[in-house]
Amino acid sequence: MHIPDGYLSPATAGIMYGAAAPFWYVASMRVRQVLTGRTVPVLALFAAFSFVVMMFNIPLPGGTTGHAVGGTLLAITLGPWAAVIGVSVVLGIQALFFGDGGLMAFGANCFNMAIVLPLVGYFVYKVLSANSEATSTRRLVAAVLASYIALAAAALFAAIEFGLQPHFFHAADGTPLYCPYDLSEALPAMMIGHLLVACPIEALATGLVFAFLQRTHSSLIKADVPAKKEGKVWLLWGALGLVALATPIGLLASGTAWGEWGVDELGELGLGFIPSGLERFAEWWPAPLPDYSFARMGAVIGYILSAFVGIALVAILLWLFGRLLIRKGRDLPTEQSPSGRDAPV
Amino acid sequence: MRSDDFLSRNISSLTHALESVISAEDLCHAPGLLQGLDARVKVATVVLFIVVVGLVHSLPMLAGILVLILCFGLLSKIPLGLFLKRILVFIPIFTAVIAIPALFITPGDPLATVGSRVIITEQGARTAGLLVLRVTDSLSFGILLVLTTRWTSILAALRWFHVPSVFVTVLGMTYRYIFLLLHTANSMFLARRSRSLGTFSARENRRWLGQALGTTMAKAHQLSEDVYLAMLSRGYRDEGLALNDLALRRRDFLWAAFALATASMLLWSNWL
Repeated sequence: MHIPDGYLSPATAGIMYGAAAPFWYVASMRVRQVLTGRTVPVLALFAAFSFVVMMFNIPLPGGTTGHAVGGTLLAITLGPWAAVIGVSVVLGIQALFFGDGGLMAFGANCFNMAIVLPLVGYFVYKVLSANSEATSTRRLVAAVLASYIALAAAALFAAIEFGLQPHFFHAADGTPLYCPYDLSEALPAMMIGHLLVACPIEALATGLVFAFLQRTHSSLIKADVPAKKEGKVWLLWGALGLVALATPIGLLASGTAWGEWGVDELGELGLGFIPSGLERFAEWWPAPLPDYSFARMGAVIGYILSAFVGIALVAILLWLFGRLLIRKGRDLPTEQSPSGRDAPV
Repeated sequence: MRSDDFLSRNISSLTHALESVISAEDLCHAPGLLQGLDARVKVATVVLFIVVVGLVHSLPMLAGILVLILCFGLLSKIPLGLFLKRILVFIPIFTAVIAIPALFITPGDPLATVGSRVIITEQGARTAGLLVLRVTDSLSFGILLVLTTRWTSILAALRWFHVPSVFVTVLGMTYRYIFLLLHTANSMFLARRSRSLGTFSARENRRWLGQALGTTMAKAHQLSEDVYLAMLSRGYRDEGLALNDLALRRRDFLWAAFALATASMLLWSNWL
């Protein structure tokens, strides 16, 4: 997912720097407040750890290996804003010394992996693990699910950035100038690979380390229990806003893509043949040009509406799931240990 | 066999990471063209060139830039073999594989046809070429910068460009502690390997790996406390200072002028 230079146009790369900048600013402010003088060594050591995590090959069922990112783990142990800086630093070192991710695309890479990933991961983890003991199974499940969802969200953003390139940046003869794949190709290519391989690796690595920390260093997990309630709610809406922000961009581009795939255009482009199924389909399709924009507007509104309904549904489901788990956790008599009850003060 | 494979793969990837960075440090001291330049000028011109590579849309020009980069490398006493290995390994090859489908699916004028079917389009070939050359050019500029500039100078340059001090100080310390943690992790793998007889299942290996990573994390946490106390005892006051050996000389201005002229020429001929 480390985007090298050349895949994104300089304009996109610039916009992504602009999108990442406020998060970097907030992160450096927040981290200074929370960790005071300890900021530098704690961040440096955990960033170095995150770097090492990326070097480890994890054996997968089937004989292959893969490597993890560790961003969610960092967000869980250090808090989301510290993770923003930590992963950004790691990405910077990787880009400089290993050519892993471009210097111009650094803003985009940070936005996906150092901002979206830890913020989404932390949000999901917090929702699912609310009010549970540091050593509870629910917390472990929350960490595993959070790391899976967070990496998938980061991949989604990367796919959208790729997919927008051919629409906005192409030569007069139609040659895409940067990433040549549009959303309809970039989205499935990125998401299938990530959902089936990369995300499970990330979840596995996070789960293994988290379970070990629960057994032996549970103070590391409890260390970040936030005292301030407002910060958590703010973060929650921030993460949701991020997801909401992405949907209209994707819609805009995919609308254009489908409009370009007319039979006439395929012929004009010199493809040499028109698939018979497509030709037959074209006869059914009235394609009234004056009505086209109106129809598309309707579709866009429909899509936006369904996107928001989707987000709301996911939020409600996660909330309900969290509530259910909380109730389950409270029912267990073993959870009532006196030592674990002092945190929410 | 399986566990042996898994362990040696991890040991080799960790050791390789260490070596590639250490070998980069040696070249910074070689008496070459780019080594003699101020880090600020180098950072700024490399960024300028990367942006130019992003804006140029002509294949011959991008190929010309690659030749130019190789010349810079030779003038900076970087062994060609090492340079090509670092440039070409993995990322451009990976990009080439990614670009292959674009040859066939990009709509456009036919370049190669079999029967009545278009196999490769002209636009597809151009877009694939642009992608691979751009990635290679940009990557090479980055590698050129790192191979010829000391890490402390890059940090000082970043501070000069007003990158927040939290980032620069953390960046500097992270770089140092990556070595330590990689060594720690490497030692854990070697220790396990030296005590292992027979084979382990993938499941056992995963469990052990979770423990190794968890231990490394706990060690990192403990170490951060120790380092903080050590910093405090040496008078640290929340503000890191990057060692500054920056000084502009005549050759820096000459290089900057050359870079600006080359960049403007490339952009001008691109927009003609």
